[in-house]
This record gives sequence, C-alpha cells and structure tokens, in this order.
Amino acid sequence: MDLHLKIWRQKDNQSEGKLVNYDLTALNPHMSFLEMLDTLNEKLIVQGDEPVEFDHDCREGICGQCGMMINGLAHGPLKNTTTCQLHLRSFRDGETVLIEPFRADAFPVKKDLKVDRSAFDRIISSGGFVSINTGQAPDATAIPITHQIAEEAFDSAACIGCGACVATCKNASAALFTSAKITHMVLLPQGKEERSNRVLNMVKQMDVEHFGHCSNTEACEVECPQGISVLNIARMNYEYSRALFFRKK
Amino acid sequence: MILDSKIPEGPLEQKWDNYKKKAKLVNPANRKKLDIIVVGTGLAGSSLAASLGEMGYNVKSFCFQDSPRRAHSVAAQGGVNAAKNYKNDGDSVYRMFVDTLKGGDFRAREANVYRMAECSLNLIDQAVAQGVPFGREYGGYLNNRSFGGVQVSRTFYARGQTGQQLLLGSYQALMRQVGKGSVQLFSRHEMLDLVMIDGKARGIIVRNLDTGDIERHSAHAVVLATGGYGKIYYLSTLAMGCNGSAIWRAHKKGALMASPSWIQVHPTSLPQSGDYQSKLTLMSESLRNDGRIWVPLKENETRKPNDIPESERDYYLERKYPAFGNLAPRDISSRAAKERIDAGFGIGPLKNAVYLDFSKAINEQGKEKIQEKYGNLFEMYLKITGYNAYEEPMMISPSAHFSMGGLWVDYELMTTIPGLFALGEANFADHGANRLGANSLLQASVDGYFIAPYTIANFLSNEIHTGKISTDNIEFEKAENEVKQQIKGFININGTKTVDHFHKTLGKLLYDYCGLARNEEGLKYAIEEIKKLKQEFYTNVKVSGQGDTMNTELEKAGRVADYFEIGELMCYDALTRNESCGAHFREEYQTPDGEALRNDSEFQFISAWAWKGENNEPELIKEPLIFEEIQPTVRSYK
Repeated sequence: MDLHLKIWRQKDNQSEGKLVNYDLTALNPHMSFLEMLDTLNEKLIVQGDEPVEFDHDCREGICGQCGMMINGLAHGPLKNTTTCQLHLRSFRDGETVLIEPFRADAFPVKKDLKVDRSAFDRIISSGGFVSINTGQAPDATAIPITHQIAEEAFDSAACIGCGACVATCKNASAALFTSAKITHMVLLPQGKEERSNRVLNMVKQMDVEHFGHCSNTEACEVECPQGISVLNIARMNYEYSRALFFRKK
Repeated sequence: MILDSKIPEGPLEQKWDNYKKKAKLVNPANRKKLDIIVVGTGLAGSSLAASLGEMGYNVKSFCFQDSPRRAHSVAAQGGVNAAKNYKNDGDSVYRMFVDTLKGGDFRAREANVYRMAECSLNLIDQAVAQGVPFGREYGGYLNNRSFGGVQVSRTFYARGQTGQQLLLGSYQALMRQVGKGSVQLFSRHEMLDLVMIDGKARGIIVRNLDTGDIERHSAHAVVLATGGYGKIYYLSTLAMGCNGSAIWRAHKKGALMASPSWIQVHPTSLPQSGDYQSKLTLMSESLRNDGRIWVPLKENETRKPNDIPESERDYYLERKYPAFGNLAPRDISSRAAKERIDAGFGIGPLKNAVYLDFSKAINEQGKEKIQEKYGNLFEMYLKITGYNAYEEPMMISPSAHFSMGGLWVDYELMTTIPGLFALGEANFADHGANRLGANSLLQASVDGYFIAPYTIANFLSNEIHTGKISTDNIEFEKAENEVKQQIKGFININGTKTVDHFHKTLGKLLYDYCGLARNEEGLKYAIEEIKKLKQEFYTNVKVSGQGDTMNTELEKAGRVADYFEIGELMCYDALTRNESCGAHFREEYQTPDGEALRNDSEFQFISAWAWKGENNEPELIKEPLIFEEIQPTVRSYK
C-alpha cells in the first residue's frame, strides 16, 4: 500500500518546526506504524538526509515511550492502542497521514516527534509512592486484600505514563495520569497511610509543571492506550477535598 | 588468572547469613562521603539506587530512556517466582534451588542459586509493601500460578504485566529518593566507557543523548545493571534500545565476560511475518498453563486450524515430555518447536510457527475465566496479528530472549575489576545455561534490593579515606578522547549502508549459526563472516547527522559496533564448549532421540573470557563448578 505522510520536523526546542511531505510506496499492511517510520528513515539516511527522531523502545505497548499525534489523535485511530501497536492495516491505501508530536507546555519538543515528559517523573517524585525502605517489609499475607480491590488497584496502576492524556486534553491536564497513581495507592491498605500528603503534593506538582486543569471533557479516557477511567479523576478530587478537610493546621 | 568466586564457608543454607554476619559496614556518617554510580534503571538498577539512596550514599542513576520507568523490565509479563509455598503443594527454598539448578542444566553456582531462592521470600513482601497489586484469591491472599520447568505453583503475577508493576514499585522507590535529593537522576544518558584509576573502577563517560555532550562522572564504585544483549539477533523479544555496550566496554577494560553464548530462545513469541520487522513480541509463558501446543500431523498442511480434527494434530510436547507436557522448560520447548518446523510441519504464511491452542481450556473453564487470566495478552495478539485467539489458536514461534551470559561476577556480584559490580541480566550468575521462567524478575530484584547493598558496602568500607575522585584525572581525559574519536569516526565514514542493515545481517548470521542449534563448521564460518561484516561496517556505514546533537543513528552505530565483537565472542564460546547444555545445543552432541548431551567430566565449568585486543583471539579462563549439595543428573522432563 502507499501512504502520503506529513511529518512535523523541528531541529530542536529553539527552532521553528514545520510539516514536511514524504511519500512511501509498496508498504506491507501488516507493518507496524513505527516500522513504517523505520522504512522512511532508512530511505532518508541513504539519501543523506537526517532521519525523523521519535521515541520508542519496547514496541509492545507497555514501556510508554512511543506516542505521537496521528491525524489529530494521540496514538492514532484505534481505541486503547499505543503507536507501536498500530498497524498499517488501520489506514487506507493512498491515505494522507498527519504525524505530529504530543503538544503541551509541560512537554516541550526536543526534536521532531520527541518531547520531554520528565514532568511526569517529578509528579511521581512528589508523592507517588509508598514510603517504605528496603528490606524489612512485613509478610505479604499479613494484610489480606480482596481480589476485587487488587483488580481495581491494578486497573489504575496499569497507566504506562505515555502522556496521551495530556496531549489530547484541550487544557493539557495531567489529571488522568496523576489520579491513576493516587487511586492505585489509596485503594491498597499499604498506600492509605500517606493518602493526604500524597494527593496534596502531587496536585501541587501538576501546577508547578504548568499542566492545565481538568474540565471534564473526558477526552483523556477515550485516547488512553490502557483504558484508564476518568473515575480516577473523580477519586482524586474526592481525595483532595478530604485531605484539605482533615489537614492539620 | 585464577578466578575466586568468594563463596562463603558453611552449609549451603547458611552461606548467605555467614557472609552478612562478616561483611563490613560503612558508618552512616561516612556514607555521604562515598559516591556510587548505577547504570540502568530496570529492576536491578532502580532497586539498588533506591536502596543505596535510603542508606545515605551519594548515588547517581543513569538510563538511556526518557524516564527510568521505561527500562525493559517493564515488559516482562508472566510473573516472579518465590518459594512461599502458599499453595501447600510442597514448595520450599530447597525445591526452588533444585528446580533452578536443574533448569539451568547444572551450569550455575550452587551458592548463588540457593541465595536467589532464599531471597525470593523477602521480595514478595517488599513488592507488596510498595503497593504492587499482585493477583489475589477471593479471600484476599496472594495467588500463584505455574511456570515452565517446575511442578509447583510458585509464580506470583500481576495479570500479564508483572514486570511493569514490579518496575513501577522500584521506580517509585527510586523517585522517592530523587525527590529527597539522595539520588541524582540522569535520564537520556548512555554510558560509553568505563574509567579506571589504579586498577579500580572510578567512573564512567556518558553521552547526553539530548545534546550530544560528552560528560565525565566519578564514583567510588560503579554498578552496571544494564540488562542483556539478546537484541544482538536484531529480531528478538527485547526493546529496540537493549544493548550490550556498557558491559562490553567494561569487558574491554578488563572485566571478564562469562558464558556469552548462552542466550535463551523463548518458545512463545509471535512469528516473523516479513523483512520489515523490527522485533518479535513475546507471549507470556504463563499461557502454557492453559494453552496446548500442537502442529498438524500432515506436512505442509493447508487447512485452517479449526478444520483439523483432533486425531490429525500432534501435541508434541505432551507426547515427548508427558511429565511436564506444555510446561516443559524453555530450551526444551523451543528446540521441540524448531524440530517440528524444520521437519516441515510449521504453520502460518511463512511455515515458521506452531499453534498454541486454548479451545480445550475455554471449553472447560469458560471464556470469561481465560479472559481474566490472560485477557491483555489476547488483546495484544489481536492488535499485532489481527487474529482473535479466543476463536482460533495463536501462532507462536521461538525467538531470542534472555542472555544468561554477561559479565563474570563473584558471590559479591563484583566483576574482575575491583569496584565494578554487575547486577541482574548484565551478569552471568544464577541461571546457568537456561533460565527458568519468572526467575529473571526475581534475580534482578534480589540483586538490587537484598544482595548488592550488603556486598557494595563491604567493598566501600575500604574506601572511606579515599576522598573525592576528580574527573580531571588523566584517565578520564583519555577515556573521553577515545569516545569522541569513535563518534567522529562513525560520522566520517559516510558510506552507503545503514546501521540497521548491518544489525539485521549480523542477527541473521547468529540465528543461523549460533542460535537454537550450533555446530563446529557453522560457528567457524560465522566467526569469519562477522569479521568481514565488521570490516565492511567500518568502511561503508552511513551515519547521518552530527556527533554533537541528538542523533539516534549514532547511538545505534555504537551499539552495533559492540555487537560485532560480542557476536564473535559468542561464537568462540559456543565453539569451545563441546557439549550440549541448556540454551547451547551443539548438533554434534545429542542423544539418538535428539536430546541435549551434556559432558560433565570435561565441561563442568563457567567459561570466562578475557579481551586480548582487536585482532587477537580471546583467552578462555575456566571457573570449575563444584557441586556439594546435589550431583548433576541427566535432565529429564519425560
């Protein structure tokens, strides 16, 4: 199959970017989207041009490193799918495909399709953990956790931190990412002790990083490759109010 | 050179306790005088960096990804082993030790394997305390499942994303320390050389992958937790960035490489479908709990799988290995699949796969139960192949996966370079010639959480008077210049073929001649071909862009340059081991019915290799394996 690509090329964070046209022919529909970009890059390198820089690593939908806007959609047209798991069979022969980086103030472009998502790491660093040191943990069965709670916690913990929720949000809000971690932790008995400090610190860090506020459009859930629910955001809001209420003055 | 493995005295079950009792400590006030570099943020690296940060050392943590949470431990699916015996099915630390030693074809050190089994108990406790949402029974207690090579249920799991959840636990512990300032994080940095001063590891040279800047970092100890080099085959289950450069460059500075040819070929990955392919995706081994593996009885079968009646199917694992059936260990299962495919019974468009069939399990347990256990794997299969595995069997195929080989380390996980440690998949220890499923997350985690914090302290206790190590030292300058020269060299070649072309060509050579099966003639041929390919690379590779900016092609060029040398050493290693064991199947050494034929009288040793320079053959140094507790037997899963 053939594809016409319009790809965002930007030398670095200081330079202006622009869309550049590329044509690819005789592509195998079973090829993954990133393999299609590999094919383009091979062509560019041989021609003496610089290849398109994009982030990727595991190529099995779990590391969270890949991610780009494809025809205006984070990770492309399929539901609950990372860019690396998207295959050309999802496109029409001869289609024009627009490829841009994830855009948000908190995710500055590094080069071409690569963006800086370290703001997510700083949010985790501000409280997204259980404060337990190594080596002296109590027996794992000492605190039973029901099957249902473990599964619910898992649903939230499954976030891969790709940033699609931010990129697709008109406010560039990190509410889905942050709330998923808060929910994962607060559902489990191990994470309950620090629930107030955690939510206050993490929400504060979102602001420091210039993520926007959530205005409940729910676009994040639609484009999340892991299907993380917006109910996490509701829980974060509840936890935040609860923490303010119980805060020691 | 005589290798001292430093195995502590005393009975097997007391060795680790004896070590800990005698290991020297570093006073908390002195810890802040000591710098430690940890390269890699997978389970081993992040858990160690977090642990050392908690203790009060100055830690610098490096990874080449954009975030430490992306390390490839994240992709491990099926589970992590621990001898908790929650199922009351006869498990124990001792049984786990025996299973692991036997699974590895008696080519690992008893003391290391026992310690890993022993520490497995603490790991589950640690992970649960961090909030890892392992699978639970309805009563609230932890659940287990079985993995290949064992007859008990000792594998703890978090759906099909166990690696992700364990890594998030250690990543969060790491980020907690980053927030406290006890660990300094350097993401998008790649180690390009090890710096040695007066015979000790004292620092690293890294490239900032965002800016292209070359940086010097010094420390009193350097830890490599950089994972395996299975991506050398190009098509593998590993992430695109996985590489062997950090350990290889340490090897060239004097650290020995052990058992490099032992690379596990995983039996259940998705088959290759075309030349454009960049990787092969793993389907967790846990699927073999309920999936039955078969091929058609008829050669070149053209019917669809559901149209082939039961009587015309060959469930070859159940036929050949009735005691373990579909849960036969990975090396056995992979070879059995290759044997059927080579004999003309392979299925799929390229006739390179076998079926993994869930119809019986779905009939017996219902689709819902199977969905709950493996749903995300079935979804992944659908996304990649476009086929629904609830309705027809999955197509699976063997592919390169885990390197059992790596830097030689002693019981303290220290390499032959004082002050240089190697953890997790970057070292050779614990798995022998074949790794049992769900032991990789375990080894990486216990190395980082429970072993290295003690052994590194033992080393550092002699360093408290050393003082700050200056990066102005001539050795740093020399190493930095060499790195810069290499980068300039790649850019200046300006040939006609891409880095990926060379990587793919090397990978195919290795699959054909140093893959699931090897023979003397093929290995000798491969060594010559790799040399030629390497020569062509240095005269005809095309690396576009500049050295002093972000440049992914340049990163790849450095890794592939190292792969040529690692590949060559893999072939030497395979050539000198005139026996078949675990992942190493020499065609000349097999039983009449095609099983691996081990030779304990001549090859009961670890091959440790020394670098002898660019155009010289490497030197083989042997570490004899002494079995005090159990005597090696012929592995049988029949």
